[in-house]
Amino acid sequence: MAGLLRQILSLGLLGEALPPTQPEWMSAEVDHIQQSVLRHFGRSLGVRLVDAGSCNGCELEIHALNSPQYNLAGAGIRFVASPRHADILLVTGPVSRHMEEALKRTYDAIPAPKWVVAVGDCGATGGLFGESYAVCGGVSRIIPVTVTVPGCPPSPLRLLQGILTAVSGSAPNSLPPQPE
Amino acid sequence: MTRDDDTPEITPLAGAIPARHGIVAVSDLRARSLTVKEQGGRLISLWGSDERATTGGYHLQVALSDSDGLLWLSVPLPSLAYPALEDIFPNAARMQRTLHDLLGLHPEGARDLRPWVRHGAWSAHDFPLRKDFVPPCPAGRLEDYPFVAVTGQGVHEIPVGPVHAGIIEPGHFRFAVVGERVLRLEERLGYTHKGLEKRAEGMDLDTLMRLAGRVSGDSTVAFSWATAMAAESILALKPPPRALWIRALLLERERIAQHLGDLGYLCNDAGLAAGFSQFWILREEWLRTQQQIFGHRLLMDQITVGGVEHDLYPDGAVEMTAELGRVELRVRQLDDMLQEHAGVQDRFLSTGRVKPDMAARFGMIGLAGRASAQAWDLRVQFPSVPYDHCDVRMATQSSGDVAARVRVRFEEIHESVRLLRHFLVRMPHSALQTHCPPGCKGSGAGWVEGWRGEVFVALQLDAGGKVQRWHPVDPSTTNWPLVEQAIMGNIVPDFPLINKSFNLSYSGQDL
Repeated sequence: MAGLLRQILSLGLLGEALPPTQPEWMSAEVDHIQQSVLRHFGRSLGVRLVDAGSCNGCELEIHALNSPQYNLAGAGIRFVASPRHADILLVTGPVSRHMEEALKRTYDAIPAPKWVVAVGDCGATGGLFGESYAVCGGVSRIIPVTVTVPGCPPSPLRLLQGILTAVSGSAPNSLPPQPE
Repeated sequence: MTRDDDTPEITPLAGAIPARHGIVAVSDLRARSLTVKEQGGRLISLWGSDERATTGGYHLQVALSDSDGLLWLSVPLPSLAYPALEDIFPNAARMQRTLHDLLGLHPEGARDLRPWVRHGAWSAHDFPLRKDFVPPCPAGRLEDYPFVAVTGQGVHEIPVGPVHAGIIEPGHFRFAVVGERVLRLEERLGYTHKGLEKRAEGMDLDTLMRLAGRVSGDSTVAFSWATAMAAESILALKPPPRALWIRALLLERERIAQHLGDLGYLCNDAGLAAGFSQFWILREEWLRTQQQIFGHRLLMDQITVGGVEHDLYPDGAVEMTAELGRVELRVRQLDDMLQEHAGVQDRFLSTGRVKPDMAARFGMIGLAGRASAQAWDLRVQFPSVPYDHCDVRMATQSSGDVAARVRVRFEEIHESVRLLRHFLVRMPHSALQTHCPPGCKGSGAGWVEGWRGEVFVALQLDAGGKVQRWHPVDPSTTNWPLVEQAIMGNIVPDFPLINKSFNLSYSGQDL
């Protein structure tokens, strides 16, 4: 146990400023957005994920968002276990026909006001899986989408920007393509 | 071994792995399967193909693993029926159900004929993998699934999913419990069925490679390599040596990335949040290195047919070598801490046990198999370049519990660190890409030991070099039924821990 405490202390705080870096595509408004999240949600923005048939690549990056580097809790954002506790719904995958009903029900279970972030190229358009006997071809075919975050998969930073953009209310409805 | 020499219709496949392919009569199928089973072999996959345009019927396809390597049997069917193999290989049961859902072939003698990947989006009379399939418009309504009912005094059911509490892929788990103890678990999967195999039909190889990288995002390198290997087998293409070494480097990096993430989540599910943070700090640093050197955090789209996309940039090897030292040290420190932590060990030890005899009966493979004394690792048994140079040490345990699966992950991280050092020092210099000739008709197979276990790909190209049939197999397909076994007698709150200790793919099994 002492070893674990030593390790925690020796690593120190790794949480990076939000946003941790400042690429061109990320506007200076992010600070403003973050302030607005804090104002409206009092450090308590609940995020719920539904995997609607992704390849699990997007889930890996959503998991990565929980890495200490992204300091998600510091931004007042947390993943919640039930749609009843959520403000934002993240949806990954092209929406398989077998998940269509579950996605609709999860969306309906979230109390208004609510925002939906369609994650990844699949969530945006169906991606490589397109539209077929098995997939619906994108989240907006099934439920209203506030913001789309393209990428295969989008990086944690982009996901964070998508979440902040959705709640800012005055945003473009799709982030630009992910830079190489 | 002379059994194949007696049958000239079975011939070796060109390529990186020892594989044989041939046509056998349906009347010989069970006898051949039994022979393989009796000699300690396994069923890798059972699938089918619509060959009506060429031979006038359907082919059952069976991939087996025996002491000589991979044995791929194509079985022309005179009717829509074939003899079930589930009594010989229990992992055939769900494959047979999938085959019925997708191609309408009937396993004679099978006990369970319920649909598996078909939930009702298409009807029981439509078969997507038939070449003349017309998608229903609108899609069908979802149908109820007849779960096996468990009755008795005090028994109740807990339905979980498809939407789970955490960040996890969708699947349904039906627990029958008495108090907190689980009497029985029944899985229902298929929620992420995306029609991958149908989607691949008619694709060119470049697009197929992109699709292959998205069968299961956490195994993108393994599926890409296996698919490239299958295509290279058909095209008689030998990638340059440096390309093969870089592929192995990517595969080992993927293994370490996944093991770090899993160990973090195992700490998390055992209630040690600090452990989660420590492992995910390491994983995030690891992914950022990958972004910097290969341009993709998860290493997607690095492998091409005939080579690889990116070389290491000049300082890349130096950076990765330094990183290996840091990661190795910190993982050892974390390993010591977990071993000393009574609370964590209490959760890990004896939880979710799959005993070796059970594992052998089900043909359990991969990381979870090795934790239950099933000593299968393609890097050891059938090493291709560059593994043939480095004498891979296999990690095995026999207790088959969560602790064993944790132990195997730690040992594999250290072995992969050793392999990566070897690759970085010894990597030969050569081109990265062999010119890819125009496609030609043929069949090829790929077989790669991914982090979760062996990934198998069977590929058939048509005369124009387009995909006629592509069948990717994730080890999860074989290992999922073992999760049902592992939970029995445990308490419901331990299920997330047990499930995470396997960390099987939903997308990879649903396709």
